[in-house]
Amino acid sequence: MGALEKQRHILDFTLSSLGRRKGKNIALIIVYTFVIFLLASVLFLTDSLKKEASQILQDTPEMTVQRLVAGRQDLIPVHYIEAIKQIKGVQSVTPRLWGYYYDARSGANYTLMVNAELNDHAGEIIIGTGVSMRNATSMPNHAVWKNDVLPFKTYDGSVVPLKVKGFLSSSSELVTSDLVLVSEADFRKIFPIAKDHATDLVLKVRNGKELATIAAKITQIHPDCRPILREDILRTYNAVFDWRGGVILMVLAGGFFAFIILAWDKATGLSAEEKREIGILKAIGWETSDILLMKFWEGAAVSLTAFFMGIFLAYLHIFLASSILFEPFLKGWSVLYPHFRLTPYVNGYQIAVLFFLTVIPYTVVTIVPSWRSATIDPDSVMRM
Amino acid sequence: MILQRKSDVFFSSLAVGVLLMCLIFLDAAVSQRLDREVVRERREIVRVLELTDLCLFTEARYTRHPSMADLHTPFQDHPLALEHFPSGSVMAIPPHLKLQDSGE
Repeated sequence: MGALEKQRHILDFTLSSLGRRKGKNIALIIVYTFVIFLLASVLFLTDSLKKEASQILQDTPEMTVQRLVAGRQDLIPVHYIEAIKQIKGVQSVTPRLWGYYYDARSGANYTLMVNAELNDHAGEIIIGTGVSMRNATSMPNHAVWKNDVLPFKTYDGSVVPLKVKGFLSSSSELVTSDLVLVSEADFRKIFPIAKDHATDLVLKVRNGKELATIAAKITQIHPDCRPILREDILRTYNAVFDWRGGVILMVLAGGFFAFIILAWDKATGLSAEEKREIGILKAIGWETSDILLMKFWEGAAVSLTAFFMGIFLAYLHIFLASSILFEPFLKGWSVLYPHFRLTPYVNGYQIAVLFFLTVIPYTVVTIVPSWRSATIDPDSVMRM
Repeated sequence: MILQRKSDVFFSSLAVGVLLMCLIFLDAAVSQRLDREVVRERREIVRVLELTDLCLFTEARYTRHPSMADLHTPFQDHPLALEHFPSGSVMAIPPHLKLQDSGE
């Protein structure tokens, strides 16, 4: 009998043996698939968000300068621009005006931002898709239309009616969902920000290599300022969705170790039936190596089935069903949550990580206890 | 006759699994190609509007704009306030805040 034919016979026997304990093995495959599904979903989601962020934020401002007072971000005096402009290599410095607005009607938080193009159109706004659906919570299926008027409550209690001039495209929802673009005059009507103050400053420099030097000079001239470089922003999104850290890892580790306990218990606590089976096989002439092969195929059959199913389901979940199971978790207390479709990014590294975290450990814990049973005398195994 | 033995069924399902995996990679590659225009559009909006962050969590300002946050925003209510926004627990701290939180 050839080596291949021998393997096939052992595999045939293994599958029949698994079939005899159908209920137990199906339950195991379901739990196993769920663990892989969970791990793969987190990995796909975080990696795609990171990749998306790194692509979209490539053209974010080269440097943003904030002012910190008592450890918190504060409004920056516009006259700071003059000194910063004098620094060699600085091409332009523009003040940005933006802030958060709580809409009591829908309970949502918006980001209000001044757009220079609207400065000649006071009383008009351009809104993100999330804002246009703002009434969805109180009045289902009621979205905001063009030329609708939205009331904004100002700091002194009066109301400013602002007409919707247009919408930011729904495909840009990942960056603009909660955005309301307003004119400077309207912004200063809503928030009590003096004319000589801005939220922060945005810099353009002539040579990207000089960013660090310019940042150092800014903190020298204005020690209360904090420059944030584009590189910092890109690094932020690399770090905040690192699945190997933070609470995500804690949650995954919990699920993973629960699975390890289950697999270990299943694999180490060979049932009397399984032990008797090993004893009989040895008594009828099976070698220890054949039994180990049988157990290897058993572990491989269970884990590979769960592996393929788990990864496929995770892919469907994240990229076709828009992470529907994670939505309550991601949404938190947000009333306004962007609905975006992520571009799938899958690579060999992710698949290899999942394989080595799940298939290899399970296959090993299946073989080790069987090796112990297979090396002892068949007579004593059968008497157990 | 095909699939006479259990091992045949096993190897066939293994082949289906590998095929599904290939389909995943293929679908990802095709989607990336098709989404290029969307990515370009998002990038352009970020450039024109001078945006700094993704709109993922709108519940707290330091998770809406994590790159613009300072170290102390999670303790906004009082110095001993514990983090209470769910998204604050999901996100790790931006690296530039760990390195330098000057000015306080």
